[in-house]
Formats: sequence, structure tokens, C-alpha cells
Amino acid sequence: MSQRIVIHPVTRIEGHAKVSIYVDDHGEVQSAQFHVTEFRGFEKLAEGRPLHEMPGLMSRICGICPISHILASSKAGDMILGVELPPAAYKQRRLVNCAQVLQSHSLSFFHLSSPDLLLGMDAPVERRHLFGLAEQEPEFVRRGIRLRQFGQRIIELVGGKRIHPSWGAPGGVLRPLTVEARDEILQWIPEALETVEFAIDRFKAILDRFQEEIEHLGNFPSLFMGTVNEDGELEFYDGRLRLVDAEGNIVADGLNPERYFTFLAEAAEEWSYMKFPYYKPLGYPGGIYRVGPLARVNVVHSMGTPRADRELREFRQRGWQVHNESFYYHYARLIEMLYCVEKIEELATDPEILGEVVRAKAGINHLEGIGSCEAPRGTLFHHYQVDEDGVVRKVNLLIATAQNNLAMNRAVEQAARRFVNGLRLTEGMLNRVEAAIRCYDPCLSCSTHAMGQMPLVVELRTLSGELLDRLQRD
Amino acid sequence: MSIKTLTIDGRMVTGAAGESIFDVAWNNGIRIPRLCHVGGISDVGACRLCLVEIEGWPKLAAACLTPVEEGMVVRTQTERLRRHRKLIVELLLAERNHVCSVCVQNGHCELQDLAAELGVDHVRVYYRFPRLGVDMSHERFGLDHNRCILCTRCVRVCDEVEGAHTWDVAGRGVNCMIVADMGEPWGNSETCTSCGKCVQVCPTGALFEKGKTVGEMYKDRRFLKYIVTAREKRQWIR
Repeated sequence: MSQRIVIHPVTRIEGHAKVSIYVDDHGEVQSAQFHVTEFRGFEKLAEGRPLHEMPGLMSRICGICPISHILASSKAGDMILGVELPPAAYKQRRLVNCAQVLQSHSLSFFHLSSPDLLLGMDAPVERRHLFGLAEQEPEFVRRGIRLRQFGQRIIELVGGKRIHPSWGAPGGVLRPLTVEARDEILQWIPEALETVEFAIDRFKAILDRFQEEIEHLGNFPSLFMGTVNEDGELEFYDGRLRLVDAEGNIVADGLNPERYFTFLAEAAEEWSYMKFPYYKPLGYPGGIYRVGPLARVNVVHSMGTPRADRELREFRQRGWQVHNESFYYHYARLIEMLYCVEKIEELATDPEILGEVVRAKAGINHLEGIGSCEAPRGTLFHHYQVDEDGVVRKVNLLIATAQNNLAMNRAVEQAARRFVNGLRLTEGMLNRVEAAIRCYDPCLSCSTHAMGQMPLVVELRTLSGELLDRLQRD
Repeated sequence: MSIKTLTIDGRMVTGAAGESIFDVAWNNGIRIPRLCHVGGISDVGACRLCLVEIEGWPKLAAACLTPVEEGMVVRTQTERLRRHRKLIVELLLAERNHVCSVCVQNGHCELQDLAAELGVDHVRVYYRFPRLGVDMSHERFGLDHNRCILCTRCVRVCDEVEGAHTWDVAGRGVNCMIVADMGEPWGNSETCTSCGKCVQVCPTGALFEKGKTVGEMYKDRRFLKYIVTAREKRQWIR
């Protein structure tokens, strides 16, 4: 008899989700789905609020990436005010964005994924976590925690608080950066560089053990989307979007993120709270694209910093120009961490970042604003409509994790087909399915905001699975 | 001017006839919590946080509205008063939508400070979650009814100090709202002089300067003492 295997909750990710695996009579996996089971509704509750509160309100979407939301929200606000930022504010925002990506990537790599990577996918579940790893490799864990602390410390030094700082605003930021804060940031750089390079070396040394996972944890062709600057280098804060295909051919370039709705669209499925964005010209679900670290390193010409570029060259020598293997998200994440540390040093040594003028003030000059930036998990869009008094009337959030929804579902199905045998389940099998999700480091609390049009289906079935009745609310 | 001698929290203190228990206590360094009282404008006893026990009195009295009397024995910090005050703050929080974490006044709010001081770590009554609007029609200021506790400081300062009487209170019970003029958008008010006094005396983030983001709003009401002293004593001192 066919059966359904449920992994609930999916562990070591941010947010709540479950996985359903459908198995036939012979124990063969037929299909698998990744369901997001939590609901937030931020798009709705922001309606009616003053524009200037939006960065603070949107920050509350997530405790891991408050900065990404503050930035996208502030940028949407900049557009509504119609202002150009003072240089110091612009550079502060770029600096803090790098810090945000660094701390989030550290969390993903060291805290959430390294137990799988260093202890092994089949290690006893009682020990396969950060504390188990800390017993075996205390120095590795200590360095990882310190690296995340560095990212968080920058946010605290610049923004005033590690999580949800009251710092960003439409038109700029709230306060100038002090010399003391800048100096402390620079003091951390040598240790941070050493830690990231140590982690990269460690990762490369164990990579060969994971050939099967590399092959089967979400290895499929798709589009990749990321932001690049005018030289085609990696850009986190302010650039144009580029899409490449599975072979690395540029499908679209120079796309203006402020017009995302002309080339991206969202579909909804009744079995998940998370929407399914796709690339419009290719339709749904053919327009599947991936965002985040792997996508970004796949779309760029080069990283734009020396050490990260060196690692990118080696990364590309390990296969084709473009890696389709989701497992390489970990690798790409490490290269980006290196880029972040180098970029933080570059920005912090720029005297302009200490400028006293940090806020451009203006009234409501446009009734619509779109802000985007590269969040740790991919491209993030905030789209607001306001009235003449600056009261928010409509909000659309297009979150990085949601853009990976199609890809995560495909990765889950592929991993399940390869590793799960319905006749004899082992914990290690299911962990590999979870590990396929962890490659994407999804943040589900960020990504579930649709409201109003959630289709609901209730099915009444007999024990043998025969459908007796079906109710649908659209 | 006759002098009254009384006891507050076991201390012998003196005040002038006609002075409130609240003022005499504060002048002697005895702090009584309050949200609607502000020095320099009249008192209405709206918030009930300054309730005190007076020996021989059958019920609690609002310190801001009760004049001192000779021989009075007043207690401002008893377990019963603390219990009542805590509940009052919880009721205020439940009545409208006070979300500190995303409020312009976060970190410098009188309601928030008082809740912390009284140990309000949760609210025991049901939140009402009313659907209330934000009036952003004024060029410089905003009014968020979600955060208004109806202390009427804005109404009194506008009437008594600025002399415009733009603000007033309309509706009864839970429908009670602060209104500009005859209930029109603030930006359409013909009487408002845009002086901002109401904004500065507001204890919460209900009245704020436009363009302020979360935690960015600081209120400064030193102007009030300056103006009142100037008006009453003809002395222009800060």
C-alpha cells in the first residue's frame, strides 16, 4: 500500500516547515513536497502605517536578517521621497549589508550546516548538532561563533543594536558613524579573514566525501538571478539584475529591480503558505530560477575583491562555469563571506563613511516605491504604494526564500528519490532530505505574507485513499 | 497664604493651601506616577494613576485633584495602590494597539516606562485590537489613534497655553476619540497654529513629528515651564 512519510518539523532551518514524501507499494518515492506551515501576514498589517515607520516595522519580519528588510524598506522609501542619499549614509548602508550577509552566512554554515558536513549525514542524531560538534571540534565552533559575532558587532556599532536596530530610514540613516566604532570594526578584520579562509580550507578538504550529495541534493538545471554592478561584479546593495541559464549563458542583463514585476510573477499552491515566484517570459513552472549565494556567484563575472576572486576561480575550476548543484550553496556562501570581510575593510577605511550628513529629508514626492537589495538568501524586493500623506496603502514583499521555493521543492523530491527507501527508513535518509533544504538556508518566517487569497482544500478520504468528498474555498 | 502640614508616606511635609497632594509630594521628592498631569496646565484626573490612600477617607483620591489639608495622612506606595496602578496600565495597553517595538516613541515613552516600572510583564485582560486610523494630513505632525491613551494633555495645552483649542474629545466610552476642530482631518483645521505643543506634551507616540522613524521621537516639554513662568511672573528664564 502506498504511504506518506512526513518530516515535521524540518530542523536546523529558520522557520517552520514540513516535508511530505509519497511512496508507492514497492517503497519507491513517487513525489515529495516542501510545505511551509507558518503564516505571518506582514503585507497586510503594514497597511495604514506611516511610511517612515516601515523600515522599523519591516525589520521585525526577521531576527536573522532585519538589516536586509530595513535596507529594502528604506530604499523603497528613498524612491517615494525622490531623494539621493548623502554619501556617508550610502556607505553605511553598504557596510551594514555586508555585515548582515556575513553574520547570516556564518550562522548557516557553522551553526546549522556544519554538523552535517563535519560529523556526517549519518552521525547519531543525538550528537549531530552544534553542541555535539563543539565537543569534537571546539576550535572550529568557537571561530564560527566569533565570526558571526563580528557581523553582529558591526550592526551594533553602526546601528546601535545587534537585532532590529533603529537605524535605517527613508532618505538615509539615523546617525553618523563614530571614529571609535570604525576603528573597532577594522581591528576585527585580520581575525575574520583568517576564520573564513580556515573554513574554506576545511570545507574543500571534506568536499570529496560528499560526491553523492553533490550529485543528488538538488542538482538540476534552472535559471539563476543575482545583482551585479556595472562591471559585472558581485553587488549586494545597489545594482542591476542578471539572469543566467544552467550553462551560464546570460538570459537577461541590466534588469532594473525597480521594475521587477515586469519580469517576475508569483504563483500560489494550496499546500503551502509560501508563494512560487517564476521568471515571467518562461512561464510557470518552467521559469524556475534560483537566488542566493550560488546564484550570485553563478551570475557574476568576478567578485570584485582579490581573495574572493581567487576562491571563485578555484570554484569554477571544479566544474563548469555555472554550478547547478545545490550542495555548492555552502561553497558559494563561504566565498561570499570572504568577499564581505574584504568589502567591510574597504568600506570602513573609506573616510567618507564618517561623514556627518546622513539623512536626506523630503516630503512625499512619489506615490510608489520599490526597494531591492541582496539579502543573504537572495534578492529581496519591497514594493509600497502610499497616499499623498505618506500613509502606506499597499505592500508587496518578494522574499528571497520564496524565490527558491520551486527549487527547494525540486531539491527535496530529488533527494527523496535518491536517498529514501519507503520499505526501510533510516534517520540518515530523512536527514539528507532536510540537508537538501538546508543548502538554501531558507528563512520561512520572512517569506510567508500572502493574505486574503489563500485557497483552502479539505478532502475526505477512506482508509484506502478513495475520495469521498471535497470542499474548496478559493 | 496659609500653610498646611501633613504626612506623606510617613514624612512630615508642608504645602500651601490649595496646592494638590501631587504637587506637594513632588516638591518633597516623593514621586507619584502619572500620565495625564503635566505641570503648567490644569488637571483633570483622567488617568487615575496618581490615586493615593488618605487616612479616614472612605475611598482612594486622585492626588492631582485633591488639595492638601491640615493633618492629612497620605500613603502613595501601598500594595493595594500598586495593584490598582498595574491594572490601569494593563487596561490602557489592552484598550488600543500599543506595539512598542515599532513605535516612534519606543525607548522614551511615559506609558512604556511606567509599565516597566510597575512590572507589567503581561496583560491579564483581553486586547481589544480596535481598528483605528492614523491622521497624517497635517504638514508637520501625525496623530496615531492606536497609541492614544486619552490623557487629554494635548487638549489642555492647546486650549490653555496656545489658546487655539484645536483639540477636543468626541464620542463616549470606547468610542471616545481626540478630534481636531469639529472632527475633520488635522491638516484641514482652521484653528491649528502648527505650534507643536500638543506633540511635545503627548506621553506616548500618539502625536509625533512626521518623518520620524521607530524610536526616533523624543519629546521636550521644557517650553511649558518657560512659557508659564513668563506669563505668570513676567520672567523669561529657562
